Amino acid sequence: MLTITNTNENESHILALEGEVDASNSVMIDEAIQKLIGDGSKSIVVDGQKLEYISSAGLGVFMSYLEDFEEKNVEFKIFGLSDGVFEVFKILGLHQLMNIYPTKEAAFNS
Amino acid sequence: MEHRITIYCQTTALSELREFLRNTPHMQILSESEKLQITLAVEEVCANLIIHSHQCNAADHIDLEVKESEGKLIFEIKDQGAAFNLLDYEVPNLIKVKGEKRKGGLGIILVKKIMDEIEFESSKGINTCRLIKWFHS
Repeated sequence: MLTITNTNENESHILALEGEVDASNSVMIDEAIQKLIGDGSKSIVVDGQKLEYISSAGLGVFMSYLEDFEEKNVEFKIFGLSDGVFEVFKILGLHQLMNIYPTKEAAFNS
Repeated sequence: MEHRITIYCQTTALSELREFLRNTPHMQILSESEKLQITLAVEEVCANLIIHSHQCNAADHIDLEVKESEGKLIFEIKDQGAAFNLLDYEVPNLIKVKGEKRKGGLGIILVKKIMDEIEFESSKGINTCRLIKWFHS
């Protein structure tokens, strides 16, 4: 079960993910990011505080947009991942390709 | 002691698989972080089979059995689809995945990094993939 809440703050679009992301629902994140890019967003911030689990299907969605973010000058950040979820990002080395912060404050002040 | 589940080949069965693993007695000896990673590795193999070998055909099924033997946790995954030997799968370079804007390819990397041993065999139409994690009791 995954819930995505979309809010705006300081010209950033925050996608708050709640629950578990797997191959059955990762398309929801894909569509949410696609829409924000289509709407011309220049700053997309993922709030991972309530993200309990993410499989490669969800991680792959983030990966597939990294080039688009660079090409379109979209700032992309993730914050608030639990230790367990952050560990999965690290196993793949994604923490070296994405801007990941411990807290919302750290993400917005960077 | 054995612990087993049969799931049908649809992606919505993945949450059922995670629930089963959470309640597997053998998993209780592991730390929360290890539990999450092993659940992920088993799910990645099953998701691959569901999507690529069975094209999400809910009439097909996958059997998972969890066993413990001599300091090893063994996750035995059996299916009857097109054989997919992940040992033969060449792990893609992350920069290449990014450059090609690909969504797939990360799951097998996770399985290979998380598990200590991977075995695969195919016989009489049944494919068996064994994911093995060593533990110290």
